[in-house]
Amino acid sequence: MASRILSRVLTLNNFPKQHSKLQTFSNLFSPGHRALSTSTKCFSLEQERPKFPGSKAKWTEKLEFVHSDLYDGIPVYRVMDRSGQVLQADQDPQLPEEMVVKMYKSMTLLNTMDKILYESQRQGRISFYMTNYGEEGTHIGSAAALDPADLVYGQYREAGILMWRGFPLDSFMNQCYGNELDLGKGRQMPVHYGTKELNFVTISSPLGTQLPQAVGAAYAYKRAQNGLCVACYFGEGAASEGDAHAAFNFSATLECPIIFFCRNNGYAISTPTNEQYRGDGIAGRGPAYGISSIRVDGNDVLAVYNVMKAARDTAVRENRPVLVEAMTYRIGHHSTSDDSSAYRSVDEVRFWDSTDHPISRLRNYMALRGWWDEAKEGEWKKQSKTNIMESFARAEKKLKPDWRLLFTDVYEKMTPGLKDQMREMEEHVSKYKDHYPVQNYAKTTTPLE
Amino acid sequence: MRNILGSFVKSAVRHVKGCSEFSSVTTIRHSSSFTYVPDTLSSSDGESTRMNLFQAVNNAMDIALGSDPTAVVFGEDVAFGGVFRCSIGLQEKYGKDRVFNTPLCEQGIAGLGIGLATAGATAIAEIQFADYIFPAFDQLVNEAAKFRYRCGNEFDCGKLTVRTPCGAVGHGALYHSQSPEAYFAHTPGLKIVIPRGPAKAKGLLLSCIRSNDPCIFLEPKILYRSAVEQVPVKDYEIPLGKADVLVEGENVTLLGWGTQVHVLQEVAQLAQDRLNVTCEVIDLVSIQPWDYETIFNSVRKTGRLVIAHEAPLTCGLGAEIAASVQSNCFLHLEAPVQRVTGFDTPFPHVFEPFYLPDKWRCLDAIKRVVEY
Repeated sequence: MASRILSRVLTLNNFPKQHSKLQTFSNLFSPGHRALSTSTKCFSLEQERPKFPGSKAKWTEKLEFVHSDLYDGIPVYRVMDRSGQVLQADQDPQLPEEMVVKMYKSMTLLNTMDKILYESQRQGRISFYMTNYGEEGTHIGSAAALDPADLVYGQYREAGILMWRGFPLDSFMNQCYGNELDLGKGRQMPVHYGTKELNFVTISSPLGTQLPQAVGAAYAYKRAQNGLCVACYFGEGAASEGDAHAAFNFSATLECPIIFFCRNNGYAISTPTNEQYRGDGIAGRGPAYGISSIRVDGNDVLAVYNVMKAARDTAVRENRPVLVEAMTYRIGHHSTSDDSSAYRSVDEVRFWDSTDHPISRLRNYMALRGWWDEAKEGEWKKQSKTNIMESFARAEKKLKPDWRLLFTDVYEKMTPGLKDQMREMEEHVSKYKDHYPVQNYAKTTTPLE
Repeated sequence: MRNILGSFVKSAVRHVKGCSEFSSVTTIRHSSSFTYVPDTLSSSDGESTRMNLFQAVNNAMDIALGSDPTAVVFGEDVAFGGVFRCSIGLQEKYGKDRVFNTPLCEQGIAGLGIGLATAGATAIAEIQFADYIFPAFDQLVNEAAKFRYRCGNEFDCGKLTVRTPCGAVGHGALYHSQSPEAYFAHTPGLKIVIPRGPAKAKGLLLSCIRSNDPCIFLEPKILYRSAVEQVPVKDYEIPLGKADVLVEGENVTLLGWGTQVHVLQEVAQLAQDRLNVTCEVIDLVSIQPWDYETIFNSVRKTGRLVIAHEAPLTCGLGAEIAASVQSNCFLHLEAPVQRVTGFDTPFPHVFEPFYLPDKWRCLDAIKRVVEY
C-alpha cells in the first residue's frame, strides 16, 4: 500500500498544475508517505526522479525483470452461467423481452443460414463458405450495444453483425452466389459482405489490414464530431499481424473513438494459441499501448453486450480506444477448405457445442423468464429454414452480373487503357462465344464507365 | 525508418548544378549533375511567385487544407515541417488535429489514410522516403488499390494521396535513392504521378488530392531545393494521365519523368550539337495510367524511341512502354527501342556516378538508334 501511495504522489508531481492537489493528497496519507521517505528526503527523491523523456517511471536499485507470469491473467467477465442463470443481479442489463428475442432470433437465423450454405458448398453450388458456429454470441451481443450508425470493420467471421442490423437474407445469398444483385458485383469470394447502407465496410481477405483503417475512420469521426465510434473485429491470429500493432499504437497516440473487438476462439486455422502468442492473450497487450482493455466470456451474449456498451461509452465520450477480447471457441471448421479433425479432437469440439454454446445459453435465460418454449422454438426453426431456403433458391436462379463489370470500378472512371482492353475482350467473346459461359451472365443496360 | 542524415537535403543540393542559389558551388558528383530547366508560364496562369519544389508542395497542401475542412496531413515528423520542409508552417496555420505526427510505422500510416478516406476525409499521407514505402505495400496494393473494385463501389478510398520523396540525391545509397514506381504501376487501381518541377508539382498534387482515386505522388527529392521557377499563385489542377511534349523534334523520341526529364533536355541539345539529330523530349508525368497516345504519336513521327529512368532495367516501366510501342508502332519503328536505366543492382553509394542513366549514356543510346 505504502509504495502504491508513493508512486501516486510521484505521478502527480509530474504535473505542476496539480501541485495543490498533491499537498492535500500527501497530507491525507502521511504515514505511508513518511515510511518510505525515511532514508532520503522527500524533496531530493522528487528531484532525483528519472528525467528520460520516454517514460514516467521512478528509479530502482534492484535488478529485477518484469515477468509475464506475475499475475493470473485478466479475468473473464461473465453475467450468466452456462444454464442461463444470472450470477450477480446488478449485472443483468435487463434488456426488454423483445430485444432479447431479437438477439436470439438473429443468432439462430445465422446458425441456420450457416448450415444451409455450408451444405450448399459441399454440393458444389457455391465455391466457398465460412460458418460462425460458436461465435454467434460475440456478434449479436456486441452489435446490439452499438449505434446502428457506428462504422463496423470486420475480418470475415462477423456475419451476425449484419444479421442484427437487418441485412436481408437475399443480400447474403446474392453475395455468396456473386449474382447480378450482389452489391459487390460478384468480384469477391463468398462471405466477403459489405454494405454502405448498414455501415459495414466490405470485408477483404488480407488479415489485419482493417485495423489501422478502422483507426483512420475513427479519427475522421472524431474530427466530424458525429458522436459515433468505429468497431473493428479481428481474430486472435490476425492480432499477430504487424497491422494490429500499428493500429493499437496509432489509436492510442491519436486518441481515436474505436473499439477493437478480438474474437479469441483458440485457433487460427490449425494453429493453437500457444503457437500464436505467449503473453496473456490479446487483452494483455492493451495496457502496454495505453489502451483500456477487458476480457469477456464470448459465449455470454449479455456479458458481451454490457462490455460493448461500456466500451462504446468510453470511446465516444473520451475519444479513447478500448480493447475487448471475447473468449470463445471455433466450433466449426475454419472454412469449407479445412477439415479441423486433422489438428484437434472431436471431443474437444463436442464439449463446446453441447456444454457451452452462446445460443443454448441465451435460450436458457429466456426460458427462465418464460419468454421462450419448445413450441416457439419449433415454429421459429421451421420459419427461418423456409425463409432461408426460399432466399437461397431466388439467389441461385439469378444470372451473374454482366461480365464486362470486371472492368469497372478499378478507378472511379475507366481509364483509356481499360476501355481498350474491354473492347478487345468484347470482340474476342463475340468471335468465340461458344467457349465462354455468356448465357449465365446478365447484360446491363446502363453504360459502363 | 527515416532519414538517417540530419542535413540530408542541404548536402545534396551542393552537388547540383543549375540551382541559382548554389550555382557558384561546382558539381562534384557527375551522377546527379543536371541543369534544371524551368517551366515557362503562360499569361493565363495569372500572378506567380518564385518557388522551389518543396515550397510548391507546401503551397499545394496549404491550398488543399484551406479549401477542404476534412483534409488532414500526417506522417513521420510532418508536424514540425517535415525533414524536407514540405509541411512547414501548416500545423501552426491549421491546427494539431489537421497536421500531425504519427508513430513511426509505414503500414499504419497507409492504413490510417485509407480509413480516413473511407470515412469521407481527405487524407494526405507522407512516407518519409519512397525507400520506406514497402512496409505499406500490402495496404497500398491489396487494400487501397482494390477498395472500390472489391466492394462494387459501395466504399472507396479515393480521397487518399500518399506523397513520398524519391530518386537519386547524390549520396543516398540503397535506402535514400530508390524509384519504386514500377512496383506500383503493376497494380490496377492506383494512380502514380511524378512531377518534374515546382509548377507541375503544385497542380498535379492538387489533382491527386482531389482525385477520387488513391494516388501515389513521388517527389524527386533532389529537386526540392534545386528546382526553382515561377509558380502560379492561384489554386489550379493539372490533369492526371497526360504526358507533356517539352521539346519538339523529328528524329528521336526521348521519354523520361522526374529529374530525368532535365537530363534528357540537355541530351537533346547535345544530340543537336554533336550529332545533328533533333529529339522530341517527353515528360511522361503520369506513370499510371500512362498517356500512351502521346507517346505512340511521337514515335510514329520520329520512328525511334529512347526511354530513360533511374530505376533498374528489368521490369522497370521502360519495359512496359517499349512493349506497348513495339506492338502499336511496329511499322513506324526504324530501330529497336532503347532503354537507358539504372542497372539491375541495388542503388550504390560511391558508385552512383556509374549507376545513373546520365547524359552520356543517353547520348550514346541516341547514337545507336540513329545509326541502326
